[in-house]
Amino acid sequence: MNSAATIYTLWLREIRRFKRNKGRLIGSMALPALFLIALGSGFGSFFRYRNDVSYMAFIGPGIVGMSLLFSSMFGGMNVLWDKQFGFMKEILVAPVSRIAIVAGKTLGTVTTSMIRATVFLVALYAGGLVRFDTLGIFVLLVFMFLISASFVGLAIAFASRMSDPHGFQLIMNFIIMPVFFLSGSLFPLDGLPGWLNVITHLNPLTYGVDGLRFAMGGPYQYSPLLNFFVLVAFWTVTTLVGAVMFQKMSA
Amino acid sequence: MDLEIEEGELFGLLGPNGAGKTTLISVLATILPASRGTASICGHDARLEQHSVRQVIGVVFQDPSLDDELTGAENLDFHGRLYGLDGPTRRSRMDEVLSLVGLEDRRNDFVKTYSGGMRRRLEMARGLMHRPRVLFLDEPTLGLDPQTRRKIWNHVLSLKNSFGMTVILTTHYMDEADKLCSRIAIMDHGRIVAMDSPLGLKAQLGGDVIELEVPCLNSEFIDGLNNDEDVREVSVQDGRVLVSVERGESFIPRAFDIAQRLEIEISAVLMRKPNMEDVFIKLTGREIRDEGVKDSKERIRVYMWSKRR
Repeated sequence: MNSAATIYTLWLREIRRFKRNKGRLIGSMALPALFLIALGSGFGSFFRYRNDVSYMAFIGPGIVGMSLLFSSMFGGMNVLWDKQFGFMKEILVAPVSRIAIVAGKTLGTVTTSMIRATVFLVALYAGGLVRFDTLGIFVLLVFMFLISASFVGLAIAFASRMSDPHGFQLIMNFIIMPVFFLSGSLFPLDGLPGWLNVITHLNPLTYGVDGLRFAMGGPYQYSPLLNFFVLVAFWTVTTLVGAVMFQKMSA
Repeated sequence: MDLEIEEGELFGLLGPNGAGKTTLISVLATILPASRGTASICGHDARLEQHSVRQVIGVVFQDPSLDDELTGAENLDFHGRLYGLDGPTRRSRMDEVLSLVGLEDRRNDFVKTYSGGMRRRLEMARGLMHRPRVLFLDEPTLGLDPQTRRKIWNHVLSLKNSFGMTVILTTHYMDEADKLCSRIAIMDHGRIVAMDSPLGLKAQLGGDVIELEVPCLNSEFIDGLNNDEDVREVSVQDGRVLVSVERGESFIPRAFDIAQRLEIEISAVLMRKPNMEDVFIKLTGREIRDEGVKDSKERIRVYMWSKRR
């Protein structure tokens, strides 16, 4: 069987599961929405960035990044649940290449993550908090894809190594949360204390959110090209590591 | 372990839990690499030519392996696609295997709403969908009702006959193994302790089996039976005394003599030819039934787990 068909099969599974589970869809969007509304309104009154950017407009791209980070990591970690509940055996015993399995799983999760993020994007646009033209949409899609695919790869790498679903909590607390909070999603990057400055600069999501902010007409920090190349490098590494770990995995 | 299974055979693997049946199947099905030695299926090495092996085999795993969040039909569709079946073939095979296991009316329901038995039937249907040349069945009928079991076996047999499919199965149902398998290997501690046709295995035991129901059993009675020169072996299962003897009809009166001497009551007697279970107990020293019960509890636990997902 050819790899394209395998990729499509795995992609289709993600899409079918996504369409069905309305509860999880709403659940996964609730946290970023809460951050946007609660923090955006709460800090809004005394935060004005570079004199003209409201806090809600500032964190808008950060919330899109948050949505991508969370849903991509959760989606990739589903490998762990597939192992726990045995479905992975069904996949691994089939006469298909594992690379195609990883690719299909990744593309499916990226698709569903980008759909969720797009909901925020549309809401932000409708609320007048962000603005973008046709070119901006293209740049947005590129950055959304890179952020999502990178973190799916990272999650697949972790999930392939782990055998115990309780490890998921560790990933949540020691990877997902710190990556989000220390990424410049919620605060500007200039004038940070030294240690935080170092950490945020090592965090790939920083460059992703900055790229999103650029595409949404927000106050960005770095050159979009720098952001792009950092993300491409990160994506390459996580994809390779994820694919290798998945190859090595036994059900 | 040295094992060769002929094409078109229905081969049974019996053994207590932990004997290595599932491990053996996992090695043959390319899920686990063999730590030593080689295994080949249809001429393909299970470790070096995984892809070729995977193309010709089907596996029904002992543990659940369905996607709860898809419907029954979607699980089958996923399987059909992975095995490269085109659209019309997928649809016709899906109808065929669903009607076989009696799940047509539930095909569009989510698997998470299925009972344990229904999941098992769906997994069985899935394993048959791509018509593998070699089908591995790890405890395929555990927890199924007798009608479904019979129906599934009839279909496996007819598929086996019409496509020359080879079937390798593990089961806890001794009578099933006895009736269906052309050959049986009994495993214990990762070794094959006996391998023969069901008839051959039972002939090894020979003689008769006497079952005695003794309400107030004591060890003196067992000793008394053991002292009889015609007795080969005495064991106690579920409060019944099983005695393996050369000539049952002459032993029964002597058993009553022993009981009378010890003032013990025998409430029922049964004489029969040895069955698969007797062979199994003789060779492994264990009874398989208790472990079967434990196994099904294990499955239920996993299913309950999966509902919490």
